[in-house]
Amino acid sequence: MSTPSTLYDKVWDQHVVSDLGDGVSLLHVDRNFIHDLSGTRALRALAEDGRNVRYPSQTFACPDHTVSTDPLSDHTGERYERCVDPLRELSAKEGVRFFDMGTPEFGIIHVIGPEMGLTLPGTLVLCGDSHTCTHGGLGALAWGIGVSEVAHVLATGTVLQKKARRLRVSFEGTVPEGVSAKDLILYLIGREGAASGDGYAVEYAGSAIREMGVEARMTLCNLSIEMGAKVGMIAPDETTIDYVHGREYAPTGDAWEAAVKHWQTLPGDDGAVFDKELVVDVASVVPQVTWGTSPEHVVGIDGHVPDPEDETDPDKRKSLEAAVAYTDLKPGTALDGVPIDRVFIGSCTNSRLSDLQAAANIVKGRKVAARVGAWVVPGSQAVKDAAEAEGLDTVFRDAGFEWREPGCSLCVGSNGETVAPGQRCVATSNRNFVGRQGKGSHTHLASPIMAAAAALDGCITDVRKMKG
Amino acid sequence: MEKFTTLTSVAAPMMQSNVDTDIIVPMDRMVTADRDAMHTFAFEPWRFLPDGSENPEFILNQNTFRNAKILLTGKNFGCGSSREGAVWSIAGLGIRCLIGTSFGNIFYNNCFQNGILPIKLPPEVIEAFTVLANSGGNAAVFEVDLENGLITPSSGDPVTFDIEPNRRTQLLEGLDDVGVTLKRQGEIESFRESDQNNRPWIYV
Repeated sequence: MSTPSTLYDKVWDQHVVSDLGDGVSLLHVDRNFIHDLSGTRALRALAEDGRNVRYPSQTFACPDHTVSTDPLSDHTGERYERCVDPLRELSAKEGVRFFDMGTPEFGIIHVIGPEMGLTLPGTLVLCGDSHTCTHGGLGALAWGIGVSEVAHVLATGTVLQKKARRLRVSFEGTVPEGVSAKDLILYLIGREGAASGDGYAVEYAGSAIREMGVEARMTLCNLSIEMGAKVGMIAPDETTIDYVHGREYAPTGDAWEAAVKHWQTLPGDDGAVFDKELVVDVASVVPQVTWGTSPEHVVGIDGHVPDPEDETDPDKRKSLEAAVAYTDLKPGTALDGVPIDRVFIGSCTNSRLSDLQAAANIVKGRKVAARVGAWVVPGSQAVKDAAEAEGLDTVFRDAGFEWREPGCSLCVGSNGETVAPGQRCVATSNRNFVGRQGKGSHTHLASPIMAAAAALDGCITDVRKMKG
Repeated sequence: MEKFTTLTSVAAPMMQSNVDTDIIVPMDRMVTADRDAMHTFAFEPWRFLPDGSENPEFILNQNTFRNAKILLTGKNFGCGSSREGAVWSIAGLGIRCLIGTSFGNIFYNNCFQNGILPIKLPPEVIEAFTVLANSGGNAAVFEVDLENGLITPSSGDPVTFDIEPNRRTQLLEGLDDVGVTLKRQGEIESFRESDQNNRPWIYV
């Protein structure tokens, strides 16, 4: 009888081409997603080195970072010339599938991969983007890499990697009304810190995870990197298999049966050992909102901006002081009631159909506050089409939201869509770093329903009050 | 890739925790700047004032530290995005070595791809080094010896450090990962052959 193994170890072992010793292996890459920033640079670097894409059928390209989400955009200009057009051209030259703007497959890489059935349980998925951990929601082993590593994957179909330690986070209990996967993971990051996952591959488990849909699981895994863990994953179960079934690139017929059988062997064995274990009692979690410049700067909606004076560690105090100064809120300010200028519902964290449905449910029949510019940016063309089929676009538009085209947009501002200096934005994305949404912008991370509620009230607000 | 063997330099202390890659190089520069120009925008939000002039408060704008090849860093330095531009921008400033308690995971990997040595040491060592660096002058000078895994402060005892053996070799010899892996083409092909039997649904 072999030693009990974790999900992470099982998937890892199935991809080892060569064990190089000292915990380092050469691993086979099943899915290599490339986008218009790191992907374009990596394809160029490859060409400069006189190399080609070794296994083009396992690389998939889609421009998401620099494309405009303005419905009236003609998609021309410097960003397209530097990033999007060369990605299209180099992909064509190398025989790599390219999902172009305006096609049904187009969207944010971390939304379309799972949506098309390219990301499957037990696959090894890489992308030159730190939020690649999102794909772990389906039980894939997925992480973000730099441009040099993307070029390595393109040239060899493999990646060099040192095995991580194993951390299990068990979310136990029933998720309260008004609390979502986003709140659970923000709460965890706030409790454990932005560096707490460093060196670990995280497996999320527990009764609350089993009750969660796959899209919520992806939201949870998406923020793994915000606690310092490159990898976050959830064991595949019936929910996962149902999600995958019938998707464009998912197996069919006998291959489907074989795949399901294989996927059912992936969950960790009883008695598998983790290097560290954490438990979250989800019943005690309230809707979360960030106040500062790191995802660990997060409090419940009933919380306040902390006072750096209360911090005894001098380096931590200095960091807190800088964050408080940047955020332009006084220590002790209650988050509930802080006036805002912008709302962004979108990003690889929270732009899927279930996110938009939840937000629309809050928005329906209400109006966005006069001072607020509120955007909904669906994660993909398929999400957009499905939402429109349900009339969600009308709900948002009637309330005063802008209903936009798919892309990364305001999460990162690399397409030129930014929050103005000094403006305050409640965003469903994943990072509230200094200048993340544009120079001098202030970001407050929250769930889609918290963002929707903020748009209506014109301030950070407790969505639970609205439901009553 | 440039080899890394030994390095002697002033160390600049940048002790804030969670210095993220958006601080190290802002996203709009990732879109518009070429790799060789990335250093122009290194630490842009901190290094420059709104009018574009140098911020005299910023550590690397101070005369003692302007040419530092070593950075002492706070917890979780380089957290955030996978952008390799963060490493290119630092490398472009002439920095070859980072010494801190922990680093953003993807950033840490990217360092090795660009001939930069990131060294993890316990908090008390970093604190002691920071005191030395802050005292300026000769005391702020450190020697880093990768071959022997030693950091020697000019006024203090040597401290040992560990680096994964394969990473160490990569830096010492300036190896190109791709070239090394391509020598294993046969193993990769035979893995794929058996994998296509085991998991045919992967090969679309």
